[in-house]
Amino acid sequence: MNQLLQTVSPSGPRSKQQIRTVALIGPPNSGKTTLFNRLTNLRQKVGNYSGITVEQHTGVMAVADQEITIVDLPGVYSLNPYSDDERVAVSVLNGNMDGVPRPEAVLLVLDATNLTRHLSLAAPVIAFGLPTLALLNMGDLLAKRSGSIDAVKLAGDLGIPVAIVSATMGTGLDAVGRFLERANSPIKTTLPIVQDVRECRKWAARIASESDYRPPLPPAWSRRLDDILLHKVWGPLVFMIVVGAVFQTVFGLGQPLSNALQELLTEMGQKAAPFITNGFLRSLFLDGIWKGVTSVLVFLPQILVLFLFIGLLEDSGYLARAALIADRTMSFVGLNGKAFIPLLSAYACAVPAIMASRTIENKRDRLATILIAPFMTCSARLPIYTLLIAAFIPERPVVGVFLGSRALAMLLLYVLGFVAAIGTAKMLKSSVLKSTPAPFVMELPEYRWPTLRSVGLRLMDRGRVFVQQAGTVILCVSLLVWGLTNLPLYHGHPPALENSAVAHLGHFIEPAIRPLGFNWNIGVGLLTSVVAREVIVGTLGTLYGRDPQTHSLSLQAALQHDLTFSGAMALLVFFAFAMQCTSTLAVVRRETNSWKWPLIQFVYMTSLAFVAAFIVNHTLSILN
Amino acid sequence: MRIRLSEFEPGQTAIVEEVALPEAEQKLLMRFGFFEGAEVRCLRRAPLGDPVVYSVDGSEVALRTETACRIFASPVDRKACEQTA
Repeated sequence: MNQLLQTVSPSGPRSKQQIRTVALIGPPNSGKTTLFNRLTNLRQKVGNYSGITVEQHTGVMAVADQEITIVDLPGVYSLNPYSDDERVAVSVLNGNMDGVPRPEAVLLVLDATNLTRHLSLAAPVIAFGLPTLALLNMGDLLAKRSGSIDAVKLAGDLGIPVAIVSATMGTGLDAVGRFLERANSPIKTTLPIVQDVRECRKWAARIASESDYRPPLPPAWSRRLDDILLHKVWGPLVFMIVVGAVFQTVFGLGQPLSNALQELLTEMGQKAAPFITNGFLRSLFLDGIWKGVTSVLVFLPQILVLFLFIGLLEDSGYLARAALIADRTMSFVGLNGKAFIPLLSAYACAVPAIMASRTIENKRDRLATILIAPFMTCSARLPIYTLLIAAFIPERPVVGVFLGSRALAMLLLYVLGFVAAIGTAKMLKSSVLKSTPAPFVMELPEYRWPTLRSVGLRLMDRGRVFVQQAGTVILCVSLLVWGLTNLPLYHGHPPALENSAVAHLGHFIEPAIRPLGFNWNIGVGLLTSVVAREVIVGTLGTLYGRDPQTHSLSLQAALQHDLTFSGAMALLVFFAFAMQCTSTLAVVRRETNSWKWPLIQFVYMTSLAFVAAFIVNHTLSILN
Repeated sequence: MRIRLSEFEPGQTAIVEEVALPEAEQKLLMRFGFFEGAEVRCLRRAPLGDPVVYSVDGSEVALRTETACRIFASPVDRKACEQTA
């Protein structure tokens, strides 16, 4: 399985220029990413193309002592600029993309087991006239399932060299190096009108049959597995088990890991702090910078655990089946099945959930998912929920011994978040994000064993993206809040919290939050919790001069003194709806590649929280 | 005989005759192999009945009923010999 066909090169005009940049292009599910990882051996950079939500992956590969840049283009079926992905591919190939040098050669990746269909992309790519090598990926699977292709004939028909490779096994890839050493422009062949999808399709079918393409037999054991995994009864059962396992692990493993990391980092900070003698600088380091670093890093365990699962599910092929099972239910809110796993993850934390929404190809559906995910009751809301419920709701049995009033209150808050998410999704999908009724079409890939390498790479990739890009924003906000709590200086000393700038701000916004039943103390809590929701508990503790850990009861008592029952309920509702999370905003910015959506989201969620808290406060006051 | 693709049962094979959808959607479906003259086999229904998985062009593609009912196809007489194995 190692056939490089240079048979077509002699008559082709020799390209004189040295190849420095090469573009990697191929349809979705052609194994392009695996190939990219193979060729670059982890030497990659991830960024965004300017102005759009398409990720830009570039890597470096060594060919004969030369470093060649590989640009991994988004997966596309054609080069008609219908979607952002296609527009990016065309711009890069034309050399019109800012920050990306024009590629001097193209590696075209096609799935050998799906060649009739994937060949349609060959026509528009070859038409660019750049030296092109067609890589028929998954050659091992084609042979295993009794399919075959005459690569010599195919190369002759296409006018470009063709190599049969397997990115997963790593076979046949030396062809890439040989091609790049002396890349030739394609030989003129008759190509269809490349804008006409139908023509390309017919042309592809003709070329495939002329090159004696024998498609592989149906994947027998994949179908047998689907008989179980998509079975009327067993299918949903397995689905629930898988979903339960994901949820349980993200929550049950990711959360304790995050907590442990938090403790470790806090301790490290405190160990290091005495080395800074200046009290002001020590506070800047400990409460400003180090707290910021900590609040970025504590998300990593959850993100990595979730992406480990998503990696396993996606690479094995089960994710598509899960989406298929969930689709019917998700369609009620105008979303499709692929939104299920991200939304479920949002119960643990919206940050990995939003990053996971990448599996949704439809841009509008993905945006809708991103916008509703923070409504799900994440674990950061639990400290304030627990505190307020304990302080204001007396424990009484509601349904015998099974459900107490406190548990019921907690349950209602979960339902509230869920309803807000569903309502928002419905609203978005019937207005601004109304999909051009793009039909839901989903390919079910063959089941495969996930490889350690590809899952590991994904973890590294996501972890790095989060730390680099969201980290900077979180650190900045954390420093800002630190500045507000530690300024103005009195005789060179930071002020007591009640004299700080943030307290002044708290007093300043008090008239606005008074109708919700909150005083300035709560106002300060709301302001500081913009960093992260759980921060409010610590802030209130400081303000009331009580350590929330050791004096939880006295903090409850202080709150009972300062808040009415209706005000406390309003505060709960406020936290259910408000976007009090910089990390989420930073990730939304990163994923949508603009400040527009996080801003809209912040304003929408905060207004909703405000109005809802107002209504709750007033209704309950009247009822009492 | 033209039947909506959504009315085919698992195990049945059909030849697509018309994709009665707007141009952009036709093109999208075409990328997955649904176009006039293509042979499509209904493979299985999702556990909740919708979407339905079709085998087309060597790959398995799921379509919602709302889409499949806009595709018209004629049945190929190749009966139960090929069950959804």
